[in-house]
Order: sequence, then C-alpha cells, then structure tokens
Amino acid sequence: MIASGLQTTGAHVREVHDDFHGDLLEVSMGPHHPSTHGVFRMQVTLDGETIVKLKPVFGYLHRNHEKLGENTSYLGSMPYTDRLDYLNSMTNNWAYALAVEKLAGQPVPERAEYLRIILAELTRLLNHTCLAGFLLQDSGASGTPLMYAFREREKILDLFESLSGSRMMCNFQRFGGCRTDASPEWLAAAKKLTDGYGAFLDEYERLITGNEILMARTQGVGVLKPDLAISAGITGPMLRATGVDYDLRKVDAYGFYSRFAFRVPLGDHGDTYDRYMIRVLEMRESIEILQQAFRDLPAGPIMDPKAKLRGFRPKTGEAYGRIEGPKGEIGFYLISDGTPNPYRYRVRPPSLINLTVLEDLCLGHTVADAVIILGSIDIVLGEVDR
Amino acid sequence: MSAAWTNIATSAHSLLERLPLLARDFTTDWLPESARWLANSLITIATVVVAFASLFALLTIVERKVLARVQNRPGPNRVGIPFTKIKLFGLGQPLADGIKMLTKEDIVPRAADQVLHFLAPVALLAFSILTFAVIPFGRQLVPLELDAGVLYFFAAGAATELAVFMAGWASHNKYSLLAAMRALAQLISYELPLLLSIVPVVMLAGSLSTVGIVEKQAGWTWGFVPHWHVFTPWGAAGFAIFFVAALAESNRSPFDRPEAESELIAGHLTEYSGFKYALFFMAEYFGMCALCGMGVTLFLGGWQAPLPFLEIIPSYFWFAAKLLTLLFVFMWIRATLPRLRIDQLTRLAWKFLVPLALINLGVAVFWALTADWTGAIRAIRWIVAGALIVGPFVLIGRKLSSGIAPRTYRYAT
Repeated sequence: MIASGLQTTGAHVREVHDDFHGDLLEVSMGPHHPSTHGVFRMQVTLDGETIVKLKPVFGYLHRNHEKLGENTSYLGSMPYTDRLDYLNSMTNNWAYALAVEKLAGQPVPERAEYLRIILAELTRLLNHTCLAGFLLQDSGASGTPLMYAFREREKILDLFESLSGSRMMCNFQRFGGCRTDASPEWLAAAKKLTDGYGAFLDEYERLITGNEILMARTQGVGVLKPDLAISAGITGPMLRATGVDYDLRKVDAYGFYSRFAFRVPLGDHGDTYDRYMIRVLEMRESIEILQQAFRDLPAGPIMDPKAKLRGFRPKTGEAYGRIEGPKGEIGFYLISDGTPNPYRYRVRPPSLINLTVLEDLCLGHTVADAVIILGSIDIVLGEVDR
Repeated sequence: MSAAWTNIATSAHSLLERLPLLARDFTTDWLPESARWLANSLITIATVVVAFASLFALLTIVERKVLARVQNRPGPNRVGIPFTKIKLFGLGQPLADGIKMLTKEDIVPRAADQVLHFLAPVALLAFSILTFAVIPFGRQLVPLELDAGVLYFFAAGAATELAVFMAGWASHNKYSLLAAMRALAQLISYELPLLLSIVPVVMLAGSLSTVGIVEKQAGWTWGFVPHWHVFTPWGAAGFAIFFVAALAESNRSPFDRPEAESELIAGHLTEYSGFKYALFFMAEYFGMCALCGMGVTLFLGGWQAPLPFLEIIPSYFWFAAKLLTLLFVFMWIRATLPRLRIDQLTRLAWKFLVPLALINLGVAVFWALTADWTGAIRAIRWIVAGALIVGPFVLIGRKLSSGIAPRTYRYAT
C-alpha cells in the first residue's frame, strides 16, 4: 500500500516493513511548528527520514469567510478580503472589486486602473520578497536573507500605510475606482523605491542565489510535472515554474495590462529551485511594469462619478472576477439576487489549491525537504482556511 | 645602556609570561608540600572552568551582535548595569539571560526517562570540560601535560555524542528522537575526517603531546613566515578539513542538522527547559571553544606569536586572539549559509572529506620524505604537494556537485 505513487527517482524508498526493517514513524508536524507558516499541520509518516505518506490538515483558522460575505453588503466585504491573504490585501481587494464591477457593469477611470496596477505590482514585489526570505529561513539560513527581505518589505508597507492608512489591511479598492488618490509625493517615493529595488535584488541574489548549498537543497527537490499541475488547477509562479505559460495578466489582460511591456519567466524543471527563481525573475518584471506605470500615469478622477457607494444593489446575475495575484489566480464568484448582499460569495483561493499537491511533491523526500517544499508553495493560512 | 633596556624588557616579558603561574604559586605557598599539588590542580581547574564560562557568556552576546551586524539590525542593546541607565552596548544581556534560565521552571515530560533526561546535559557538559585539560593556553599554561594529549582530546570529544543521543532518547519525543538519530549519523561521519585531518600533524611533529606539537611550530622562515602547520600544503588542506569537520562536530551551521529549528523545533533540546537547556547551550559553546582551541594548537601555531618582534606580548594573549578569530569565523559562517540535508551532509563527509584527508596523508608523507630538499628544488616540492591536493580537490568536488548548477530561464513569447 505504501509504495503506491512513489515513482520518485533518486530518493530511496523501501517498500518492505517487516520486523527486521522496523516500524514507520508517524510525526505530526504542526499546527504549532516553526516552519508551517501558521496553523497548518502535516501528518507525516516517515521511514527513517523519508516521507512515505503526508496528510495535510488545515482548517484551524477557518472563520466563515464566505458565509460572512453573504451576510454582509457588497462593500462591507471589502475589508474582509484584506484578511484572506494578509500579505496581499491590495490584490485581494482588486479581485473582489473586479468581480463586483463585472456584476454591476461598473466602469473604472483610467487613473484608478493605473493605480491598481501600481499597487498590485508593489504587492507582488512584497509577496515574492517575503517568500524568498521565508524559503531561505526554512532552509536554515539563520535569518540573514529574511532580514534583508524584511527590510525591503517594510519600505513597501510604509508606502501602503501612507496611501491607505494601514500597513497590511489596506481596504483600498472601491467598486468603480480607488479610495484615495496618490499624491505626487507618494508617487515620487514609490518611484524611488522601484528604482532602488533592482539593486536590492542584485544584492540578495549575490548573497544567496548562487550558493551551492541552496542549489543542492532545492534542485530536483519537489518536482511538479506540468500535467499534474494543470489537472490539479495550480496557478501562479508555481505553475509557471513547471514551464506552463499561463499568466492571467497576459491571458485575460484585465485592467490595462495589455498596455504594458513585460515578459513571463518560465521554468523547465518545476522543482523548488525553479519556483524560487521564477519569483525572483517575476520581481524584475514587476519593476519594469512599475516604471512604465509611473511614466504613463494619467491625471484625472480616481472614482467613476456615477459609481454608487451607498445603497449599492447590482441587478440579478452572476460574475466571476479573477486576477493574477502574487500566489496565483485569486478569484471571486458572486451571485446577485438584487438585494444589497450577494446571494453567493465564493473565493477561489490560490494558496489552498496550490497546496493540494503537497503530498505528491513530498513523497520520497526527507522531512527537511518537506519543509522547503511547503515554503516554496507559498501559502498563507488566512487564505487556505478562510 | 641598550643592553640594560633589553634586559629589563626581557625580564618584564618573562614576568608577564609567567604571571598566571606566579599568582597560583603565591596563593598556594603557605600549604604543606604534599597538599600543594592538589591545591594547584584545583586552582587550574577552577581557572579554566571560570574563564571559559565567562567566555561563554561573552560569546552569546558577541554571537548575537555579530549576527545582528550581518543582518543590519542593532542586536541586544538594552541591558547594561542593573538599576542604572548605563547600557554598555547590551553587555548585561548574558547576566539577564542566566538569571532567566535559572528561574525558569524545569519541565520534565512525564513519559521521559527521568534519570537519563537529567544525566544528558550533565554528561555533555562534563565531557566538554574534560577536553580543555590538554589544550596549551600559553607557554607554560597547560592544565595537564599528557604524552597522548591529542588522543585524549578526541576521545573525550567523541563521548559528547553519547550525551546528545541520551538527550534525544530520554526525552521520549519524536522530534528529539529524529534529532538523536541525525546527531549520531552526523557526529560519527565527521569524527573520521576530523581525526584523519590531524594525523599528518601528529606524523610530522612526531608527537601526540599538544605542547610538543606547538613547540614544533616555533620559528620563522626568512624572519616573517611562521613555521605554523597551516603554512604548508598539507597543513592548509588539513586545517580546511579540520575546520569543516569541527563545524559539523559542534553542530554549527551549516551542519546544525540535529537541532534544525525549521524542521525539528529544537531537535534533541525540544523537551529541555530552564537551566538544563542552558547547560546544553553552554556545552555546545564549550565544545566549539575546545575544537577551535585544538585547531589553533595543531595548525595555527598554538601560543606562538605571528612575528618575531611581537613575542613581547605574552603567549596566552596570542592563543586567545587566534581562538577568538576562529570563533568569529564560526559565527560568520552561521550568519551566511543555509543548512545541508542529512544525506548531503554524510555524503560530504564520506565522499569528499575522507578521501581528501587520506590523500592529504599521502602528501604529508611526501613532505616528510622531501624534508632535505633545499634551494631551487624546494619550489618543486611545493608545486608537487600543491598539485597533489588541488587536483583531487577539484576532481572530487566536481563529482560531488554534479547535477547542481545555476540555471538560465526562458521567457514566454
């Protein structure tokens, strides 16, 4: 039974477990464990140090997000979406706003679309920077890469705070625009950060990317095959690391992404190293997008004058709004019955769906690998459990 | 006139040099002859233990400060002298930590083996302290002059593995058990390159006595290149192997497998709290100090001064300086490198370090056989020995890291 699905090459997996070979060891990693990134549990069965079975257990952070959405007005759900993936509140806001705007047929002014792109790309920088730091921390680098990453993250959070009033729970998008306009000073500060970010990435890569230990730990570890990735619904950098060209910014060209010139990096191996490197390369593309956005940002209103904030009642119908969040496709599916509350409010959480292949990635590897594989999937438990 | 000054300088120097011994003799002078050696030994033991315990306290703060500097943050800087506003760059932190550790509740899991759980930290600390006995801290400062000092050192050091396994087994915790298994695999693997790397030293110095080995490294070539073993091809290679193996033996990053915090919580320390935890911590630092001290003794000339005119400074100062430098490098490495996986770790030991150490042994034999080569063929001696080390290093290294390379990435069109 144990041997089923263990087609991993290279790693040693013994199929026989008799008196001589000894018992399997069951370890419950989590929900309180330094490397599970929150309250996540991995029920691991070990043969020595090799994983022969892994059962992800989650739901410890479940807080009825979708039901809350159905009992709250459309606008009332906006701050709740901040709490889904609390690293990326800006993109969560945007995906939700996009869904509602589709539902209500609400246009968005040009400046607001540009602001959304600026904030989404800043969020992508923030998320990928955090991931790079956490992944290295998981592989045991004593905090130095994490501290470097968090220094930059703080700068982005400062920008978010001065724009929206909150570092992480931004609650910034509205149906038909944005909440507050970016001042010229804010734009100058954001541009300065963007211009300096390439230098930070260079520094970070010099510090760690070429490190032999990092390469030995991550190359060939946790290989995800493209067909499994597609059939499991994996999206985002994790999918692109397997070599599948699927980026909603190109596919849907939502917002004004079709106006921007940027490239989509693809991996060839689908292992942990690719997942890490794809994110680093995506950050460099985000910098390109940001620079174009700062150059072309038009003047004008940030809110559609006809947009209705109070007493907002979309006509009956349904809509699915999705964007390319830093972790993958974040989408909101809404059904309206003409009342102020949505009849059905459903989140497509990239963290949860990307997590479903964890066992496939970990089988045949050691405990130490499971930790960095989980790190490279990039989950936030707020979004997994909702 | 100048001769008189030289005399005074020399006697002042020798006074400084012998100061610790004079102080000891001064203290025990009043005792009867029969009891004096016992008192002297006790004073020596107390001095070593106290000196290294305070070095441990200092190292904890220094390590945190070094890590903090690397990670561009200030590090602990609040605790200074109690009841005053003097902060002293946070130098009071070890004291506060000690008090905290002492006053914490000592939790022993109900399922744990009560006796072993208690004995493990004690045994670990005891074996770590034992290793200090044969390290020559200065010209006349060696606690115990054993003829087989090097052998004794590594025997006592190897016993610490037992204590680590005891801790992991007695805790009755799966993480601790995994850590104990890892610790055993790692420590036994690295014991071999560690020992093999010092065999050339013993061979060339012709002595197992630590004092004898240090004295063999006295003198300078051309008046400025010390005769330390590290300045020979086999010595440099031996030191490199010794250093890597010492990192692994003292469970330091990137070999901190047994207590890999991101995987095994705290490894064999998971079920320890309070002062027992502090004892483990202390023993780990002691082990680190002892191995660095042995590295200094065997390869870096022990208490010998680096340049002739610097001999004015007492020998124990030079030992301390070299020891602290090595410890700093340990911390620096910890701040930078990720951790190796357990199979990669043992592979590094068995497939890379052990063969290299064996080849190094051959190089040392070559070096010993060609000791009488002089003049121009001395250069040939260096070239041959160097090639014999660098060649296998490159070849085996390439084999070891095959399949691992930086990648280039394509972009969607």
